[in-house]
Amino acid sequence: MSEKIKFTIDGKECYAEPGQTILEAALDNGVYIPSLCYLKDVIPAGSCRICNVKVAGRFMTACTTPVAMGMEVENDIPELNELRVSIIEMLFVSGNHFCPACEKSGNCELQALAYKYTMMVPRYPYLFPEKKPDSGNKKLFIDRNRCILCKRCIRAVKDEQGRSLFAFKNRGNELAISLDHELAENISDELAEEAMEICPVGSILKKEKGFQQPIGHRKFDKQAIGSDIKSVIK
Amino acid sequence: MNKKITIEPVTRVEGHGKVTIHLDDQNNVDQTRLHIVEFRGFERFVQGRPYWEAPVLVQRLCGICPVSHHLAAAKALDVIVGAGTGDGLTPTGEKMRRLMHYGQMFQSHALHFFHLVSPDLLFGIDADPAIRNVIGVAMKHKDLAVQGVMMRKYGQEVIRATAGKKIHGTGAIPGGINKHLTPDDKEFFINGPDPMNIDKMIDWSQGALDFLKDYYKKNTDFIDNFAQFPSNHLSLVRKDGALDLYHGVIRAVDAEGNRILDDVDYQDYENHIEEEVRSWSYMKFPYIKKLGKEKGWYRVGPLARLNTCDFIPSPLAQKEFEAYKSLTNGKPNNMCMHYHYARLIETLHAAEMMKELLNDPDLMEGELTTKGSRQNRGVGLLEAPRGTLFHHYEVNDSDEIVKANLIVSTTNNNEPMNQSVNRVAHSWMDGKTEITEPMMNAVEVAIRAYDPCLSCATHALGKMPLEVKLYDAHKTLIDRKRT
Repeated sequence: MSEKIKFTIDGKECYAEPGQTILEAALDNGVYIPSLCYLKDVIPAGSCRICNVKVAGRFMTACTTPVAMGMEVENDIPELNELRVSIIEMLFVSGNHFCPACEKSGNCELQALAYKYTMMVPRYPYLFPEKKPDSGNKKLFIDRNRCILCKRCIRAVKDEQGRSLFAFKNRGNELAISLDHELAENISDELAEEAMEICPVGSILKKEKGFQQPIGHRKFDKQAIGSDIKSVIK
Repeated sequence: MNKKITIEPVTRVEGHGKVTIHLDDQNNVDQTRLHIVEFRGFERFVQGRPYWEAPVLVQRLCGICPVSHHLAAAKALDVIVGAGTGDGLTPTGEKMRRLMHYGQMFQSHALHFFHLVSPDLLFGIDADPAIRNVIGVAMKHKDLAVQGVMMRKYGQEVIRATAGKKIHGTGAIPGGINKHLTPDDKEFFINGPDPMNIDKMIDWSQGALDFLKDYYKKNTDFIDNFAQFPSNHLSLVRKDGALDLYHGVIRAVDAEGNRILDDVDYQDYENHIEEEVRSWSYMKFPYIKKLGKEKGWYRVGPLARLNTCDFIPSPLAQKEFEAYKSLTNGKPNNMCMHYHYARLIETLHAAEMMKELLNDPDLMEGELTTKGSRQNRGVGLLEAPRGTLFHHYEVNDSDEIVKANLIVSTTNNNEPMNQSVNRVAHSWMDGKTEITEPMMNAVEVAIRAYDPCLSCATHALGKMPLEVKLYDAHKTLIDRKRT
């Protein structure tokens, strides 16, 4: 049995398995580090930067950095939380996130983080990009206006042969997710549901599913994101 | 010297509008117009959105009666998903929606009567505006003010229990509803501590009606003659002619009660109703096609509904309906201020219907949704608090909305409101050179009778205060007053 690695998060003693990232170890130790692009058991991308923590004075993404013995991680501190709010704000202004009519409202991780970190109104100007939705698939409706480019769909929505149904297209400001219509032509209901679930925002929608979950029963209606992670630290 | 008076903005109505009144050389009223100056564009920006978003997106037109838009859109989408036109839903789906709608009707009518209209009745049209408002009512008639607030609260709670939120919920989905009524909510609405229970709401609705009837007895001349004029009337009625606020067929009658349209399936509304655009207002002017633009305009709302229906299917409201109809010997009622009377009869009806539904076991269990063969076009109509509401969507095979047409209750009342303004202007302003505050308020009292929601009607944002400007023949501003 391999020896556990001892480290601290915000001064509290934690233990990690060898090879675990800071984010994985934090979850095992009941510490919440916010994330958007992270998905359990999927190779991390480190793209959203919400999980940034501070180690020895340097910013590091908790989802990609392995724990090292004696590491002192800073997480829930004003400096980092302020940076997190600014990232959330930038994500809001770079898309068209109209929560009132979005069926992912209440289940949306971006919205839940905005509430958790008390984002009032973005301090940055809205970019109002014009991105055409893709409604060509029988079971999926892709609204690129709400995409935060986290790559969760690219990394996790795959067919039986392991081929990704989604990919990036274009570059820079034009970067967008794209559905492979050939691969997705006969997508199962289950995989379509899963794709909607994997998307942290309302960018991938299972057709004809909208608003079936009543208000009050949605994931973040009664508790803030991360509040289900109970501390196990003594 | 010709003059032009502008009343902008109009107060104690929902939305934003202005009135202009042109006077001729003898200071007689030459031309009047109610301008709706907001523009919203919901019909355009709903295009390209997935159809199931429409009931949640389009209800943002309004914060007063979003439920009406929510349900009208859902009814149109019932057709799109093949669930039929209102009567094809599961019992739970239809009854939960009806409960939501009666809750909405109840709270909206209570808001209008107690908050917006009662100051005119309690203090008089010419009272000091500093007192003639809802705060004045609260100070001088505390019981009435409390009833207004609590009745509204009760209706809003019913909406919360059925739609998920008091404002802008998500309950109605294409083909049905997304929840049952919980046992706790049922118990609360039926047996809640006074005054929050349905029996008290029925009592208070009856009380408000008795108050109005008493006022009517003492002010018969004013209520009967203020801004009254003959018109056509249009609404949905149940197949058997009963008042039905949620679903039915289109019926229209003329001022004498002759039927112009009857038993019309609203999926075919385009064959019977057309909208005219006039350059000076963002609100269109609908009319009945076969009568043409000049004669085809009609009134909607409580007054119209009690003119088109044959009876009311709830006992207390039916009794009041019979007394109300006897005032005009069973003929259509064309008296503008009787809108308030009709509105309170409907409030009582809504309370009675809520009581019946709350005791219905279908609300607590049963299938929530249904669907059938997918269609590309769907029309949904219902009787919103302010009148008949039309939602029409066309959807492509990829589930995107490609066309939307909304004819909102207040839009239907556009020409009648203009007619009312014209009549009040003639009777209050002909030959006068100075604008007085009561003159301005008289114009607003006429508009207020329709309980217009101008925000909805232009598909606009904000509140609706009113200002009057007086111009001479050379378009020079000579007087201006704001309420």
